[in-house]
Amino acid sequence: MVVKVISSAEAISEAVKRARPSVIPVYPITPQTKISEKLADYVADGDLDAHYIRVESEHSAMSAAMGAAGTGVRVFTATSSQGLAYMHEPVFAAAGMRLPIVMADANRALSSPINIWNDQQDSITERDAGWIQLYAETGQEAFDTVLQAYKIAENPEISLPTMVCVDGFILTHTVDPVDLLSQEEVDTFLPKFEIVNACLDPEKPMSLGALADENYYFEARYAVEEALEKSKAVIEEVGKEFGDKFGRYYGLLEEYKSEDADIILIAMGSICGTIKDVIDEQRDMGKKIGLVRIRAYRPFPKEALREAVGDAKLGVIDKDISFSAGGAVYLDTKASVDNQTTGFIIGLGGRDVTPKDIVEIIEKTENPEKEIEWIGLKEE
Amino acid sequence: MVSVGAAVSEPGSTRKNKTGSWRTFKPIQDSEKCIECGLCYLYCPEGCISTDYQPDYDYCKGCGICANECPVKAITMER
Repeated sequence: MVVKVISSAEAISEAVKRARPSVIPVYPITPQTKISEKLADYVADGDLDAHYIRVESEHSAMSAAMGAAGTGVRVFTATSSQGLAYMHEPVFAAAGMRLPIVMADANRALSSPINIWNDQQDSITERDAGWIQLYAETGQEAFDTVLQAYKIAENPEISLPTMVCVDGFILTHTVDPVDLLSQEEVDTFLPKFEIVNACLDPEKPMSLGALADENYYFEARYAVEEALEKSKAVIEEVGKEFGDKFGRYYGLLEEYKSEDADIILIAMGSICGTIKDVIDEQRDMGKKIGLVRIRAYRPFPKEALREAVGDAKLGVIDKDISFSAGGAVYLDTKASVDNQTTGFIIGLGGRDVTPKDIVEIIEKTENPEKEIEWIGLKEE
Repeated sequence: MVSVGAAVSEPGSTRKNKTGSWRTFKPIQDSEKCIECGLCYLYCPEGCISTDYQPDYDYCKGCGICANECPVKAITMER
């Protein structure tokens, strides 16, 4: 076992190296750049036998990723914020064409005002694209999730692109001890890529991404819906298989001291580390607080969430906002459960979220004043 | 039944999509006037005029380019 103290950006690159993609079309953008730099190093040094395409934009990065995946090879790309927004059009197309691309997104705020720091508005905004979206809490989880993402995406029943989301700077630029599985270990979990669905082959000509009129479009979209629903079981299976092999188990969501809790917070990503610490303190004071960390945001784990929250009061924490409606995770939670639910908007554009803020959220979940609260706003 | 990712695995299947129903104006060829110059055949963007200069109404969208290009006005567009 090799444990290295590295950033999540490096951890993701190390995982990608072990997944051995054939094509990496990528355009650098803060705070994702370290991922693309590391992968460029591996390819230049001969540590990774891949075509590294230095595309001229993120729109081209995703388009090249689709072209490559369409020929039936494993593909990786990474982006962030404005870059993800810029590739919005081919992001939808990649899912519709059922191309099992894996992309890392370093979660960063969207303009305007321009801001390079962390929130989750960028990937949340792509939630309707048909991609699987997995949110990591730590560098270790980022490493493990990239490997699982390929296995999920390439499942013949699923065949959907998968996004691995990590909080920009908070994860991408801070270091953590990460157990780097060896190539041999990874090979036992993630075998070489095998073509499962349609791909371009001169021996067997076909068209990908053709026009589909109303006779076909509706069914093609329903097929994406079905695949995304099915992916819930596959995410659980793959997370369990990974755990059985390497001792770290993953699923659609993580329950932390939520079993007997009166108040449960629901959140995604790195903020859950802070929340767990606050819960430990609250538990010491005799307060029954728990956390349900959403790991798979798409597919949205409605059933698992319903089971996990019981009849507790819920406080849903969003690092994003659907203006005038509430945070996206809050809205999805409200649509899934009947519990008393309060929404909290935090940390937009990198505004620091402290344990004190989490305590305030717990208090306001217990005694709500408003449906949606913005926590950490400066006083006038 | 739509295939995974709506991939089209049958080459040439676009022929099944008969675009003649898009047509508002229909080109009518007058073989008395036709000098068999072949311009309509060459200019048709759908490739649906045969070598005997008859439009294929299954696919003709009625764009009128053939009528416009015809040097002897042998093709007229009728509603």
